[in-house]
Amino acid sequence: MRESRLWFWHILSAAVILVLLGIHMGIMHLGELLHMAGIGSGDPVDSSQVFGRSRQAVFMITYILLLGAGLFHGLYGLRSMFFELSLSKSLEKLVGGVLAVAGIALFLYGSYVAIVVYQMNGV
Amino acid sequence: MNKSATQDPSIIKTVQFEVLRYNPEGNEAPRLQNYSVPVIRGMTVLDGLNWIKEHLDSSLSWRSSCRMGICGSCGMFINGLPRLACNNQIVHLHSDRVTVKPLPNYDIIRDLVPDLEGLFEKHRSVKPYLIRKDTEEQEKPTGEFFQSQQELLNYIQFAYCIKCGLCMSACPTVATSENYAGPQPLTAGWRYCADSRDEGLQERQEVLYSSYGVYRCHFAGACSQVCPKGVDPALAIQLLKKDAFLRSFGFGKKKKAGPVLPPVRDWTPGGKIPEAPAKTVPRKTE
Amino acid sequence: MQQRLKNRLGIMGWLGGGRYGMDRYAYALHRITGLGILAYFIMHIIVTGQRTGGVERWESTMAFFGSTPFKIGEFLVVLAFAFHAVNGLRLIFVELGWWIGKPGTPSFPYTYSTLRHRPLFIVFMVVAAVLMIIGGVDFYFVLK
Ligand code: HEM
Ligand code: HEM
Ligand code: SF4
Ligand code: FES
Repeated sequence: MRESRLWFWHILSAAVILVLLGIHMGIMHLGELLHMAGIGSGDPVDSSQVFGRSRQAVFMITYILLLGAGLFHGLYGLRSMFFELSLSKSLEKLVGGVLAVAGIALFLYGSYVAIVVYQMNGV
Repeated sequence: MNKSATQDPSIIKTVQFEVLRYNPEGNEAPRLQNYSVPVIRGMTVLDGLNWIKEHLDSSLSWRSSCRMGICGSCGMFINGLPRLACNNQIVHLHSDRVTVKPLPNYDIIRDLVPDLEGLFEKHRSVKPYLIRKDTEEQEKPTGEFFQSQQELLNYIQFAYCIKCGLCMSACPTVATSENYAGPQPLTAGWRYCADSRDEGLQERQEVLYSSYGVYRCHFAGACSQVCPKGVDPALAIQLLKKDAFLRSFGFGKKKKAGPVLPPVRDWTPGGKIPEAPAKTVPRKTE
Repeated sequence: MQQRLKNRLGIMGWLGGGRYGMDRYAYALHRITGLGILAYFIMHIIVTGQRTGGVERWESTMAFFGSTPFKIGEFLVVLAFAFHAVNGLRLIFVELGWWIGKPGTPSFPYTYSTLRHRPLFIVFMVVAAVLMIIGGVDFYFVLK
């Protein structure tokens, strides 16, 4: 069944996000604490740090993975909520379509960014 | 208030009933009406309503029948939870105010009477009966369908449902969704799918696993909390998800129903009822 | 003509509407945090897209988003994430049938899935709280 398949991906993507976003949030929001423990150098959104990461293949690839998983997971969750609002069948179709298009567009844009920045020369 | 009633020594206390009234014939908005009701030991909310109807206001309407928690007609929203009026004693509510409203998430027909038709329709939609390939055997049985005690345990809990609909009132998804099957029908669906004698999964699948099926459940757990029969609909729904998950990887329930056992000795289907054994004790009237 | 009165609780019914157990409020919070993170994520994709403009554009973007109100907003995302991730991990297991017990024969007083699951529920909430506190300590140093 289609809904079963979508929901399995929802759950599977959650597991992927848990790992990747766990790391991402660790880097971005434990910076001060890690710095005190002697790891990293403070401000994680400082441009040298940001571009330092972005030009590593690991980060580029995991960001694209996280983009896909995060967008699918979040937008399917949103679709769930719309499907619980007693909308008409045609409106539900429209919502599903709009969310799918938005998801694909954001995924393409984000991946484009990740790849362009990965190939950028000089900081 | 009835004066002689307050002097009755068996009266423990007097409580304020606050009851929602709705008249479908007028154009009035629904309103809360107050009644003071003397409480005696063991008195249920349903007894309280009966007392009001008898002594104070004969126009009050609700639905009830068995007054022993088995028919499932008297579901109401009582002091913050969907409950059976006949299954809850007033003193156990620990309050001098008893607020009684019709079950939420159903249309109101009048006063405390909800329209449960939608629930029953969804219940029917999951085909709540044994579906088998050997329909011939079902129509004209030659024996009995085998089932072990262990297999019985897989579903018996879910067979306790009395279709009172309290779970649907507690469910947050049902609060907005007219289409969501809901805890009771999904549980009924699993009650049959989990039955070793059943082969109807294929037929129920399109309701159970549709976009209005099990995946609209988010384990808020309120259904299981309010169920007066301990049916645990939340458990049944998660088991449905688990089952679909396992089957998609090729594990899970076997497709074929259990075997047909030969008839019990000395019994022919539709045969004669055996003679009663001889009396051992003479009847009193004799 | 007799008229039925509509009585669905509506969206307020997602948030509460009775004396229900904690799982129902965890559900509401999971929804709210999920929506919040999703909204942040979509803006985030646009904002981090500024990296294509090189160091200068990135620094001017960060100068704009570096003010305290935005920092506080980001910290809210951290809190939401801590809850959603930990509770979500719990839900992955629960919705696939783990940790909620097996069906049996009901006898009064009834036990049921959410009750059996309650001790683990509390453990997960404690973990979420601990993560929030760690995030909070870091945030304290960020503000300093
Ligand atoms: C960190 C790891 C995450 C885990 C383990 C996780 C887990 C889950 C799970 C298991 C569900 C399904 C809950 C249910 O059936 O009610 C869910 C729903 C949802 N998640 Fe996540 N999630 C994570 C991250 C995210 C992120 C990053 C977003 C935003 C982009 C997000 C947005 C949502 C939304 C909008 C829902 C729907 C909520 C609902 O229907 O009530 N989640 N999450
Ligand atoms: C609230 C705290 C957050 C901060 C401070 C933050 C910071 C950043 C920064 C600075 C980048 C640029 C790349 C880098 O420096 O390595 C980035 C990229 C990214 N972040 Fe976050 N982030 C946060 C939360 C999130 C969340 C909640 C998600 C997912 C739902 C997320 C998903 C991503 C993705 C997918 C990228 C790559 C985008 C691309 O390359 O197009 N971030 N983040
Ligand atoms: S599952 Fe419980 S609450 Fe729901 S209809 Fe059946 S008996 Fe009533
Ligand atoms: S009157 Fe039958 S369940 Fe209450």
